[in-house]
Amino acid sequence: MNTVINNEQSTAAQAPAAVETAQRVETERECIRPSVNIFETENGYVLEAELPGVNKDGLSVSLEGNFLTLEGRRQNQGVPGVEPLYRESIPADFRRVFQLDPAIDKANISAKIEQGILTITLPKAAESKPRKIAVA
Amino acid sequence: MTLTRWQRTDGCGTATCRPTNSVDDEWGQLFEAFGTVFDSPTQWSPAVDLYESNDLVTVKAEIPGLKKEDIEITLQDGLLVLAGERKDARNCPTEQAPEQLPGRFQRTISLPYQVNAGAIKAAYVDGILTVELPKAEEAKPKQIKIEFN
Repeated sequence: MNTVINNEQSTAAQAPAAVETAQRVETERECIRPSVNIFETENGYVLEAELPGVNKDGLSVSLEGNFLTLEGRRQNQGVPGVEPLYRESIPADFRRVFQLDPAIDKANISAKIEQGILTITLPKAAESKPRKIAVA
Repeated sequence: MTLTRWQRTDGCGTATCRPTNSVDDEWGQLFEAFGTVFDSPTQWSPAVDLYESNDLVTVKAEIPGLKKEDIEITLQDGLLVLAGERKDARNCPTEQAPEQLPGRFQRTISLPYQVNAGAIKAAYVDGILTVELPKAEEAKPKQIKIEFN
């Protein structure tokens, strides 16, 4: 069990421990998927998402069953009252949904956001960590 | 004025591949267009926006996850260069293909107006770098009084 996340494009043959879902976004606003990096550490997983322009007030991280939803409303985009002369950034908010590995201890998930990088720490429950069994 | 982003053909460092123009077009733009944003062959390439009001040219770049001291802003010969380095704090491999790349970025913006270099202000908030460049007096719009005899 070493896959934590699978993007929608990956083959169904794999049996991932956690799958990113392609759930339909039911909001009216157009949303974009933030880039994420996911690391496995000794104690669990760390998910880092890029949310430029989102601060603590515009951020929502919610857990529903096994689904973790990140939503970020941008606040520092554009110049009020001024049309861009040239634009590469996408004027939309962020949203991405992940299905979690059942081994994750959902009660102890923590999140912080700093300069547009959201870091979510997903610890593994104690019973799912590897342990030595003494031989009598 | 048309503004086209220079694009690496391998799509590296960008979230999506956009169609590219021919090399001739790119070089043509390099020499004729003001207000053009160029990529440099660096590890990643943040999105840059340009805004213009009567007194100011504002440049915004999405560069999440940097430290203020790792951002370099230079202005020379009407070219504003934004550069910096995102340091990768983690050595452990990612679970999927990494979507955020560590390393250097550099974007060069050919400013559409002369600016007052002494009065440039920069701020880095929520992963967005904002550089405000006040237009030089001669670049500001002026009312011309016409006198009728």
